[in-house]
Amino acid sequence: MRTQKKRKLLCFAGLALLLLAVALLAEQLSPYDPNQQNYEMALQAPSMAHPFGTDRYGRDMLSRVLAGARISIFSALAVVLASSVLGTGVGILCGYAGKVLDTVLMRIADVCLAFPGLVFALAIAALLNGGTISAVIALTAVSWPKYARLSRGQTLAVRQEDYIAAARLSGDSTLQILVRHVLPGIGSQILVTAMLDVGTMMMELAALSFLGLGARPPAAEWGSMMSGGRSMLQTRPWVVLTPGIGIFVTVAVFNLLGDALRDYLE
Amino acid sequence: MKRYLIKRLLLLVPVLFGITFLSFAMMYLAGSDAVLQQMDATGLALSREALNAQRASLGLDKPFLVQYVTWLGRFLTGDMGTSYVSGEEVFSVFLSKLPATLELAAVSMILTLLISLPLGILAAVRQNKWSDYLIRFASFTGNSLPNFFVALVLMYLLSIRVPLFPVIADGTGWKSVVLPSLTLAVAMSAKYLRQIRAAVLEELGKDYVTGARARGIRFSVTLWKSVLRSCLVPILTLMTLSAGSLLGGTAIVESIFLWDGVGKMAVDAISMRDYPVIQAYVVWMALIYVLVNLVMDVLYQVLDPRIRLGGEKA
Repeated sequence: MRTQKKRKLLCFAGLALLLLAVALLAEQLSPYDPNQQNYEMALQAPSMAHPFGTDRYGRDMLSRVLAGARISIFSALAVVLASSVLGTGVGILCGYAGKVLDTVLMRIADVCLAFPGLVFALAIAALLNGGTISAVIALTAVSWPKYARLSRGQTLAVRQEDYIAAARLSGDSTLQILVRHVLPGIGSQILVTAMLDVGTMMMELAALSFLGLGARPPAAEWGSMMSGGRSMLQTRPWVVLTPGIGIFVTVAVFNLLGDALRDYLE
Repeated sequence: MKRYLIKRLLLLVPVLFGITFLSFAMMYLAGSDAVLQQMDATGLALSREALNAQRASLGLDKPFLVQYVTWLGRFLTGDMGTSYVSGEEVFSVFLSKLPATLELAAVSMILTLLISLPLGILAAVRQNKWSDYLIRFASFTGNSLPNFFVALVLMYLLSIRVPLFPVIADGTGWKSVVLPSLTLAVAMSAKYLRQIRAAVLEELGKDYVTGARARGIRFSVTLWKSVLRSCLVPILTLMTLSAGSLLGGTAIVESIFLWDGVGKMAVDAISMRDYPVIQAYVVWMALIYVLVNLVMDVLYQVLDPRIRLGGEKA
């Protein structure tokens, strides 16, 4: 059973790494320059020369979808990394220190959670005037409280353990205890949550770009490519549907990896 | 119960303050200046003195906290300023567009339950048969599709390829609500299916189900009378959890299908940097979300006495 779960985990981790490699090597792998306009080739249907067709500026869709992988995967990883590190830090601090700090920080988390996620993200991204970085900041602001709550609860449970008392008796400083003893105790739960979050964040980032608040044209980003091609859905559906397939495949692989990791660690 | 309600309402006070404070602070930081916007609209060149005089008359020269308190006072009386773009009262515009959004959310929720309840139960009852695998595969697929992609695919299939439903939801007739609500229902059903399947499976594994079967009670009777009732609480949890993404999701779906609700209003306002409108949307969506959570929490208490006991001890 365990080996089967391990095999599944390794298989999906391999797929995710493959996607990561594609994202990194997008330039080398693409048949054309994703931003090269060529009006003679505008709006070509998928063919041998252009497997995903071309858009209204004659740019090769396959090259653009590949280039989109880089923005999507790396900004989603940035959101997950930033929000899990920030949230876990706050959560551990609150759970361990307690008292005033705990009350103040957790009330702030409550307020952030009181807004529907995407509504809050929309407002922050709009406030920061859009762009990839502001979309990443907006989604980090939305998702850190989840990690803070989770790690605070776990820290409260771990704090009672004998090994923490033993560490304190042997003269470890608070920081040492937090990093060396508390963090490893709650790490796996955080890791699973973070892995399951990657796909969701990818979709939210694409949604923000779709609404014009994420990466901006001419950057090849899946959400903004779909938004730009919307009016051609009837006549040139590939302009809209191929970036969508890019999102779907990537999100699916990361979701499978998250599920496999959870099954394995449980 | 009464004590619980009072405690729950008292806990809301700091959150409500937080919501209004944060919403005000965000728009304050955005540097939205009502005076500059108004003056820009007139097209006249203005002296700094005139601008400052106008700012002073609106109280915009006061410290941040004083401005917040004034804003909060006006907010409580339903005055949220006027739109920079249309010049209309923001709050009355919001109120006039809210029913459309609530209608869309309600229809989506009903569709979600209609799809996910029967399929989730079916998947659990036929665990590890082909129908279970098929349903789980569909659920996984739905979970990996962003809703704007679902919207465009549905639009392509059901109004362009096979012209069953209108591309633009003009709000007339039942047909225009189908595609937008189906879009929202796809993502939610995918999540619900998983959880309902898991909840039913857990319940089916309990001793009383085996006992009932041993006593010769028909399986369908046990399923409908006992198992499904115990799944009410997990379904309620799901509904609470998805209320937030449903409210956020309406923004995207409304702007794709041109559904004239508050979500489309907000997206349009964002593209025109119409800050009073964005602010009203953010504050009110948060307040509605908090209210939904409150109602759900109270419903929990009514449905599950175990939670009630735990709540009063704490």
